[in-house]
Amino acid sequence: MLIRRAPDLTAADITPESRFLDRRRFLREAGLLGVGATGIVASLGAGLGVTGLDACTSGDATPAGPPAPDRVTAYDDATGYNNYYEFGTDKDDPKTNAGALRTRPWSVAVEGLVARPAVYQLDDLFRGMTPAEHVYRHRCVEAWSMVIPWLGYPLGDVLRRLQPQPAARFVEFTTLLDPAQMPGQRSSVLPWPYIEALRLDEAMHPLTLLATGMYGKVLPNQNGAPLRLVVPWKYGFKGAKAIVKIRLTDRQPQTTWNAAASDEYGFYANVNPAVDHPRWTQAKERRVGEFRRRATLPFNGYADQVASLYAGMDLVRNF
Amino acid sequence: MSTLVGPRPGPPLPWLRPWFERAGRPLARVLGRDWGRALVWAASFVPAVYLAWQLWLAFQGEPNDLGREPVKGLEHATGEQSIRFLLITLAVTPVRQLTGWNWLAKYRRVFGLVMFAYATAHLVTYAALDLELNLGDLAREIVKRPYLVVGFAGWLVLVPLAVTSTTGWIRRLGGRRWNALHRFTYLVVVLGMVHYWMSQKKDHTEPVMWGLAFVAVFAWRWWRRTPAAPASVEQPAVV
Repeated sequence: MLIRRAPDLTAADITPESRFLDRRRFLREAGLLGVGATGIVASLGAGLGVTGLDACTSGDATPAGPPAPDRVTAYDDATGYNNYYEFGTDKDDPKTNAGALRTRPWSVAVEGLVARPAVYQLDDLFRGMTPAEHVYRHRCVEAWSMVIPWLGYPLGDVLRRLQPQPAARFVEFTTLLDPAQMPGQRSSVLPWPYIEALRLDEAMHPLTLLATGMYGKVLPNQNGAPLRLVVPWKYGFKGAKAIVKIRLTDRQPQTTWNAAASDEYGFYANVNPAVDHPRWTQAKERRVGEFRRRATLPFNGYADQVASLYAGMDLVRNF
Repeated sequence: MSTLVGPRPGPPLPWLRPWFERAGRPLARVLGRDWGRALVWAASFVPAVYLAWQLWLAFQGEPNDLGREPVKGLEHATGEQSIRFLLITLAVTPVRQLTGWNWLAKYRRVFGLVMFAYATAHLVTYAALDLELNLGDLAREIVKRPYLVVGFAGWLVLVPLAVTSTTGWIRRLGGRRWNALHRFTYLVVVLGMVHYWMSQKKDHTEPVMWGLAFVAVFAWRWWRRTPAAPASVEQPAVV
């Protein structure tokens, strides 16, 4: 498989766009107000304001300076610290137990409100498309985070080829159910198979990926091989792994963690520092590889790209 | 002869007694002395020294045994040590009754205080490393999260027990009152286990295993409780 690195998506892209825009705003306002010290101070203040943190969190959680830089997480950490209950509930269980999963041949059933329902071989699903690298922050609902260079395809591109019917409003993803290969499924810790879902507009958003690789390599089994969902502005559990079924529907699907504990895990699960998990705060996170905690950004730092999807919505109730 | 008669049940499993007596003699020669206790006391803190060293490595960004989230790893480790030493403390009396090793009695205080030390380290880890000593956050979090309320209440109950663990306090309170006060250890077990259970995301296997161990210890204590004095009319019939 030829893996092309998209020149337009590099590690530099993970700098929040708001920070990037600050520069222009700074120049513009500095120009308007003159190059006096007052102008610089005023525009700096305005610039920090648009990071968007203060829109969602209480004032004391707003960091004084710019967010710390994002560095790609060590491969060993990203492949050895996983929540993938199909292979066990400990974070090192997936690495230990996922090795035997057969990921080829692999077929994906496309069902529901779609013009071209069929069972596709994995390669047919992406025929003629080129995987590209996307470096995303990954924020777990348990308040830890990583930075992962994914390889994959925008889900929207795939869905457009499958042609959703006008009535379709949600996309549901189902993980493989096979207790013989997935020992964690022999325990009833969650209702199996694992099901996740997105609103269709979330699924069509260019940030949303179907990933088949990471770190320039084929996706390791413990990270969801051969096919997983990546939605960088949502908590990690939204990213269904080892997907065997994609179903388009007009009704909001019942998702697994929401069914298991509806007060703790909502359908939307957008990263939001202002909405706590019942047992811990979501205002901060621990980046794997760093000792101190860092502030969690609204929509995981992708607010500029995705906040408009939720305009007018009560994000506290729709957590 | 019946074990149901008399102020206290007779020794359990009497056929094991000779074996315990033989095995107990060399043990008593070491562990029954003050310096033996000091040795056990020091050994109980070996895990603490190890954890501190691993934390230092984590802080330096070196590979360490606390895991990818070292602070969480330390929280789990100190929490688990607290539960472990709480169980050991409560097991001292049953083991003493079973074996007849009465020198074990003094280890209740040793293990109880070790447990308090680990529980305090657990709380300090959370406050200092997890919340980074933001006292506003600490107060807000402890009030907002039921499992933190329960855990913190458990630690508060431990404080007077640790303070009154000295011989001076036993004398000052008198045996009966001191015993009544230290029965609050059972409340600590309940609060600790509820805290443990609630803090788990979904997999409750470990709290259940620890819970069963506590149930076993309590079942023994109930079985070996001092029975009520038998009615005097029955007395001659049994003797």
